[in-house]
Amino acid sequence: MARSTTTKQKIGWTIIVWTIALAIFFPVIWTFLTSFKTEGEAIANPPVFFNFDWNLDNYKIILAGEANYPKSLMNSIIIALGSTLLGLVFAVPAAWSMAFQPGRWTKDILMAMLGTKMMPAVGVLMPIYLFLVWIDLLDSRIALVVILMMMNLPIIIWMLYTYFKEIPKDILEASRMDGASLRGEILYVLVPMAIPGIASTMLLNIILAWNEAFWTIILTTTSAKPLSAFMVEFSTKQGLFYAQLSAASVMAIAPILIMGWFSQKQLVSGLTFGAVK
Amino acid sequence: MKITKGALMGATAFAAIAAGMNAETITIATVNNGDMVRMQGYADDFTAKTGHEVEWVTLEENVLREKVTTDIATKGGQFDIMTIGMYEAPIWAKNDWLVSLDDMSAEYDINDILPAMRGGLSYEGSLYAAPFYGESSMIMYRTDLMEAAGLEMPSAPTWDDVKMAAEAMTDEENGVYGVCLRGKAGWGENMAFLTAMSNSFGARWFDEDWNAQFDSEEWASTLNFYLDLMNNYGPPGASSNGFTENLALFQQGKCGMWIDATVAASFVTNPDDSTVADSVGFALAADNGLGPRGNWLWAWALAIPAGTEKEAAAKEFVEWATSKEYIELVAANEGWANVPPGARTSLYENPEYQKVPFAKMTLESINSADPLKPTVDPVPYQGVQFVAIPEFSGIATSVGQEFAAALAGDKTAEEALAAAQAITTREMEKAGY
Amino acid sequence: MATDHSKRLARWMLAPSVVALLIWMIVPLAATIYYSLFRYNIQRPDTFEFWGFKNYSYFVTDPAFWISLMNTSLIVFGVIIISIVGGTLLGILMNKEFYGRGIARLMVIGPFFIMPSVAALIWKHMFMNSENGLFAIMSKLVGAEPILFLNDYPLASIIVIVAWQWLAFATLILLTALQSLDQEQMEAAEMDGASALSRFRYLTVPHLMRPITIIILIETIFLLAIFAEIFVTTSGGPGNASTNLPWIIYKVGRQSFDAGGAAAGGIIAVVFANIFAIILMKVLGKNLDG
Repeated sequence: MARSTTTKQKIGWTIIVWTIALAIFFPVIWTFLTSFKTEGEAIANPPVFFNFDWNLDNYKIILAGEANYPKSLMNSIIIALGSTLLGLVFAVPAAWSMAFQPGRWTKDILMAMLGTKMMPAVGVLMPIYLFLVWIDLLDSRIALVVILMMMNLPIIIWMLYTYFKEIPKDILEASRMDGASLRGEILYVLVPMAIPGIASTMLLNIILAWNEAFWTIILTTTSAKPLSAFMVEFSTKQGLFYAQLSAASVMAIAPILIMGWFSQKQLVSGLTFGAVK
Repeated sequence: MKITKGALMGATAFAAIAAGMNAETITIATVNNGDMVRMQGYADDFTAKTGHEVEWVTLEENVLREKVTTDIATKGGQFDIMTIGMYEAPIWAKNDWLVSLDDMSAEYDINDILPAMRGGLSYEGSLYAAPFYGESSMIMYRTDLMEAAGLEMPSAPTWDDVKMAAEAMTDEENGVYGVCLRGKAGWGENMAFLTAMSNSFGARWFDEDWNAQFDSEEWASTLNFYLDLMNNYGPPGASSNGFTENLALFQQGKCGMWIDATVAASFVTNPDDSTVADSVGFALAADNGLGPRGNWLWAWALAIPAGTEKEAAAKEFVEWATSKEYIELVAANEGWANVPPGARTSLYENPEYQKVPFAKMTLESINSADPLKPTVDPVPYQGVQFVAIPEFSGIATSVGQEFAAALAGDKTAEEALAAAQAITTREMEKAGY
Repeated sequence: MATDHSKRLARWMLAPSVVALLIWMIVPLAATIYYSLFRYNIQRPDTFEFWGFKNYSYFVTDPAFWISLMNTSLIVFGVIIISIVGGTLLGILMNKEFYGRGIARLMVIGPFFIMPSVAALIWKHMFMNSENGLFAIMSKLVGAEPILFLNDYPLASIIVIVAWQWLAFATLILLTALQSLDQEQMEAAEMDGASALSRFRYLTVPHLMRPITIIILIETIFLLAIFAEIFVTTSGGPGNASTNLPWIIYKVGRQSFDAGGAAAGGIIAVVFANIFAIILMKVLGKNLDG
């Protein structure tokens, strides 16, 4: 680096950037702090930041409560993982074939697939609702797994396609020269190269499925209710109990927030279909 | 899938097996208000008595209505008991969507249900939803302010009395407004109040051929009187005030009068929350000498959707929750002022309950509303502050937005009434009346 | 031989996804078109009948419809502008050298991972509430009248909540893009005496065009369908002030229980989304090539 930053400048930037970053992230910090307060402290005027009696009561209330947080957590995990794995079963072969055997229509098929995402969910709500009533799968995890899988399928196909396209074809040629079987070729050459791409696709899909809040709200009541719907229902009862609401919020967002933070680099290349690296 | 689940749950209910009963888990959709949430706390008593487990889906009023209506109309079968209002009961019963509740046990004493409630929750003479609690509306006023103004509130005032009292009590410099009324748009918010009020002015929503009546003299005088009252003696920003907001204002001593749900009486007289708890008086909602008074009638009631596999267990629950015993259970634990009011005659005959200051006026208010004959001129519908047709909720919410705009000063009364007439005519034409 | 074989294999690998997506799209769409041609209020099974295009004409003559189109567009444009302008500035700032870069960066992109329903709840109750929200408490502390955010500025409030989440997304992508900007070129330009502004204009901006295009495309898909945030905060009100297209369809279908009308609205929304997409591709398409 020809242009080095002086310590003074560095301190200046630190102050500026940290102020902004703290401001942006403040709602989450505030929610986190509030989750350890009593209800009185939560709405205290003037507000209290750290000088309160930290306690875990709100978490205990929610974990023990009739609202059934553990069940919703379980549902969220099953729905997010289920739709992701099912999605991969469909998407990996499709992306693979488009990346390695591109045809005349590959680009158009990709665009058309993304086009299905432009269809607003609310527009097709009624037929899907009635269909689920008909096959008796209303308020079931199976239905949500399939619906969320279909919703995210175009994005994960596209994302995988971008990753697979980056795998150099020469390697295949080389291994073929060495006399590797097709099975060996896939197992020992391609899979290791594809795994990072598949992993970050999984991450993104889990995040999208976990946070989805249209179908989950409308199609569930009790047995399949995931955390997104749990939060909406919880707030109608506890809207004015800020401390409890905060604790529930923290528990609903923490897993994904942490996961997202760990995988941000992979997410960028995936989300932008490789256009940004 | 559902069968295995049921069997599993059944197997875990030891109590039921011991009692040799067929235990089930019933799913109940319910509204998120105080009395209903309190009931969830007592559900253990039900489980202990019958072995049936209960699963709750607690929702905000509008969301609840949307979920249960879609479910029942599409035969979704997600709920075994639904909490519905007086609005839904006759509509759904007409569609054969509900189980009739006429065959309750003798101890349940169906004839004990207040006649006005039973009438509003029945269709063609059969009860289809059991009232959990019922309410009407009445005037709550500040006895201290009335005294200071040298006035006395008649127990059955006219609208002119209300206006006179509002004028006398208004003291804007000290932040006291003569009257607080609902202004927030919604068929269950400002339109509940205005529709009930219009009945006492001789107005009606529809004539006998389902023609909208917002172009009538009676509606014009209703809306003008309301706007005049609110603009001169009401709090600022009233067009976003609903029940909750007005309750807060009254509790803080900022309202001379408040005309709203009878259940509010227990909140404004509770010294823990209300600064004016010891100086609240009650009177019937006002009239104009035409017969009907400006009060509504509402009940939250439990209904069983036709086609549920757990009808027997659901009935047991409905019986338990709306029984005399349940009222006694709550009274024993939380005091008589906290029992669900407005459902049973026996409650009002109970000397313990008669000591509650607002008991008498609540009962008189309920008895003065007739959901089967709400208006001066004949109408083809049932319902006091609503019209029991499926299209009403949508129409009245749009009309409510117009009236709220008039209150906010964005429109004149004439413009709002013309828009209301146009909206209603259009929607009724669309619905094919 | 081998290529033929692998080509056939490739087709078989692609087929399940294509077929599944086709079914996912065509069947509900066809059913929606079917319902849109009938008078079908689920609370009035007795009045079910063929209705031609009447549902459509009722839907578009509803005064709330045009407001909702306007609001939908305002949400899409408002959030995109905030997230791109803000994201570029934040990206440049985050790219400076300062202490604790990793953690500051995590905080800025954090909001993107928050569940929309939770994000809306946090803002509604803990910040925008006119009694106990933090903003109200702050105003009272300085003696000002609390602002009724969701009553007086409902659409702007929703845009803020949504933009908070998507600003994080835009920053994440733009920051990554900025890190790949050619530093030597930058320094050469600086040596040649190019001002900071013209360096930004002629080097940074062109480099960011492609990621910006992608941000716009992705955000548009999600922003046209904003639902949970409105559901949790304003329910489309007061009046129709914060009603967007998904919300009005939801209202017709699930609050007035008019399945036929909602289906017609759904088809109109599909058409609207596609018009939006076509315009976007026309305007931005060239940035995507190459």
